[in-house]
Amino acid sequence: MCRLALKSANEPFSPYEVLTAMEAMQEGYDGSGLGLLLRGLEFEDFKYNPNFPVLSGIAHTEKAWNTIKDYMEERGYELKYDHRFHHEEGHIEATDRFRYFMRAYRMPPAFRDKSTEEREEELLKTRLALRALSNDDNKITVFSFYPDVAMIKEVGWPLQIGNGLCLHDGQIKSRICMAQGRQNTNYGINLYACHPFFIQGISTMTNGENTAFVPIRDWLIGKQIPGYMGYQSDSEVFTHILHYTLKKLKLPLQAYKHIITPLNSGELKNHPQGEFLSGLRQACKRLIIDGPNAVIGTLPDETSLLVMDQKKLRPATVGGREGAWAIASELCGVDALVPDRDPSSDFQPMREHTVIIPPHRKELEIWSQYDPFPSIQAA
Amino acid sequence: MVSIRSVSVNPGSLALSDFPWIIHHREDRCTLCGQCTAVCPKGAIRLEYMRKRLPKLDVFQKQRGSEYKTFTGIRQVMDMDHMCIGCAMCSMVCPNEAIAPVSGTNENRTLFFNNRKGEPLKRGGRRNATGPTLLDKMMFTRISMLTDPALDAGRHEFTATTTIGRILSPEDFLDRTLNGGWIPATREIFPFVIGSMSFGALSPNMWLGLLQGVAYCNEVLGIPVVMCTGEGGCPPWVLRSPYLKYIILQIASGYFGWDEIIRAIPEMQCDPAAIEIKYGQGAKPGDGGLLMWYKVSKLIARLRGVPEGVDLPSPPVHQTLYSIEESVMKMTQTLSMAFNHKVPVYPKISASTSAKAVLNNLVRNPYAAGLMIDGIDGGTGAAYNVSMDATGHPIASCVRDCYLDLAKQGKQNEIPIFAAGGIGKNGNVAQNGMAMIMLGASGVHVGKYIMQAAAGCLGNEKNRCNVCNLGICPKGITSQNSKLYRRLDPDKVAQRVAEIFMSINTEVKKIMAPLGRSQSLPIGMSDAIGINDKAAAERLQIRYIC
Repeated sequence: MCRLALKSANEPFSPYEVLTAMEAMQEGYDGSGLGLLLRGLEFEDFKYNPNFPVLSGIAHTEKAWNTIKDYMEERGYELKYDHRFHHEEGHIEATDRFRYFMRAYRMPPAFRDKSTEEREEELLKTRLALRALSNDDNKITVFSFYPDVAMIKEVGWPLQIGNGLCLHDGQIKSRICMAQGRQNTNYGINLYACHPFFIQGISTMTNGENTAFVPIRDWLIGKQIPGYMGYQSDSEVFTHILHYTLKKLKLPLQAYKHIITPLNSGELKNHPQGEFLSGLRQACKRLIIDGPNAVIGTLPDETSLLVMDQKKLRPATVGGREGAWAIASELCGVDALVPDRDPSSDFQPMREHTVIIPPHRKELEIWSQYDPFPSIQAA
Repeated sequence: MVSIRSVSVNPGSLALSDFPWIIHHREDRCTLCGQCTAVCPKGAIRLEYMRKRLPKLDVFQKQRGSEYKTFTGIRQVMDMDHMCIGCAMCSMVCPNEAIAPVSGTNENRTLFFNNRKGEPLKRGGRRNATGPTLLDKMMFTRISMLTDPALDAGRHEFTATTTIGRILSPEDFLDRTLNGGWIPATREIFPFVIGSMSFGALSPNMWLGLLQGVAYCNEVLGIPVVMCTGEGGCPPWVLRSPYLKYIILQIASGYFGWDEIIRAIPEMQCDPAAIEIKYGQGAKPGDGGLLMWYKVSKLIARLRGVPEGVDLPSPPVHQTLYSIEESVMKMTQTLSMAFNHKVPVYPKISASTSAKAVLNNLVRNPYAAGLMIDGIDGGTGAAYNVSMDATGHPIASCVRDCYLDLAKQGKQNEIPIFAAGGIGKNGNVAQNGMAMIMLGASGVHVGKYIMQAAAGCLGNEKNRCNVCNLGICPKGITSQNSKLYRRLDPDKVAQRVAEIFMSINTEVKKIMAPLGRSQSLPIGMSDAIGINDKAAAERLQIRYIC
């Protein structure tokens, strides 16, 4: 079982804030890993253009580092910014970390006039190609390659990792930060097993075990969609289901909840779009999750979301005020992230809810599965 | 020693100890009421007059002598035509516990003579192999412990239904929803289906009892159980009743009963649950159905459109079909069309090493609504013993291979695979069925277990009873003789059907809950099962446990 925290604010903030908040929930992770996703980036020493894709990951050796640089150059990417982390010795246990990288690129000229879809396709292909470069020796780890998003993953205690990479120095800030403190359960300690998981701008993190993991994974792999791979963690499928819903089926975000935890037949009979939703439930039957999970995610437009499994056995809480909101797996996490809020307005979604922190961050949106489903033509 | 000719022995003469079942009769308890001899389906016991000698000693005369007394007793008939089948009806009706068949301990010499007149043994039942099956050995090992909470089988809400029918890929479903295309019919059903047993193989009382029980499960208990007719049609009143929706109509190579069905289509109040096209049966692959003349009564003859009292062997293949491609194209599509494309139509085949080839053909046909695979341990009302015992393929690896093949193509949700053949062979019906589901089946068909549990069928794998083919079923389950089938009370069968499905429903939840599953049937959840057999674990790609 892991601990999760997400903060979304109009004013960019340091990821260290979220790591500090993780301390409040410390009994729920064991130092087996930290994952951080930053969206809406701001660098102290560079005026970042949010159209530039950012490549983030770890080069484990100097040779690997050169391989990455060469590959990107060959593929036609022009380096615009290379963030250098200030390192503080003695905090990070792992020794084979030659370079944590966060590099902003300009896309190859051939993609200047291409559609967003084609550009996203290219970014995904590049990330997968880099990942494949080190399939044998695991010397290159690539977390994300997408505009305005960066990720850090490391084995260890969250605050120690933050100290090790000097995240408190204000060099990097973001409007959204997601963090997971990992409790290692079924699977080996592996950087790729740390949440959040990422594909084409879509990212989610989850606590709890995914009991339906194997049938869901088998189905996703069978679709042979580029990027549906890895699965070092049973939670990676939640990200891919969200990606499949939005990018492949091109359904509105409301459909995610209807796919992973569909209403039962009795409830669907009374639903205004019951017939469609029954069909959707059937077509996507292998994507039904069985919990116990809270899924927290973010989208490229800076929307954040929170959904529960149907049994709501891992309740998470959302709270905040206009301009700053937090979602955390524990109430104390929300307290630590946005202390200056009205706690009586905190919300714990029920099984039918999708909680949305919209990009404008004025107020929460709470969708219910019992609400009419938006017309799919509009999607 | 006397000359061989002076005693009546011939090559087929057998001693009592050579028979598989030996009647133990206690004369001291017998009241000679005659109930046992009246009920015996084989005439294996007879009331006989016998003489016994009592030694007589006259002490005063110092003489030894004998006294002879005539008495009446029960004796086992020692010829193959009347050999005891171990059904034990005699002991069931005996008021005084005076009689019972006992399994013979000597080798069974009748096996060498069951081919008299050049006719190999035909029988009902299933493969005579005793002991735990592979499915019995499966354990549900992925228990949710501490890392995530186990569920409460009694209190949580469970969805344990499955889908029968072709399911579109999400992309196709959305495309056809937006553009008004055909969305194939599907049904949400309970994953344990009453397997195909024909009206003809079963007695009218058995059939009625099953149907009543199925209707009760659906309408009162809320468990959406469906049953399959088998070849041989369906009673005309059922075709025109609202209960038709609980029935899968089977069409097989003899096309028996389909005149009646086609004529009833305009008058049907609802659609049937599905249409099953039988190409093969697990118990007797390569053989068509066989209804022996004993069972072709007036009613059966009318339903099937044949004369009374003739053997009805269906051909091994559908005569109009040349190949699987043609079969899938023609029959599936034709039947789908006959029901306005509103009823799922799927083929049933014997488990075989060629099952994957069939499956791959179905994947490419938009009208194919699934595949039903019947393994070697499936039951039958009549077949050659050699087919039952030695021909066919076990169900587990066949279904597993097919599922993994579909999964490789990402199509495991589109073509549901149903499995049959040995589910509940040793009584563990829910455990066997759920193990099959976790190997990749969308559901299972259960026939023999239902006969045993709902109506007390006495057949077993020690070749007990197994005379379904002869129409002499002592329980009245598989007989068309009204004297016999009146023994079976349809209401009581219906009650047992309801009890069975209530119990399976609870056991399914008791299996799913510790695995942390409640929202959908754990189809293909192969990480949840393990087996204490390395070779089987490797073959099925599941965990080896010890």
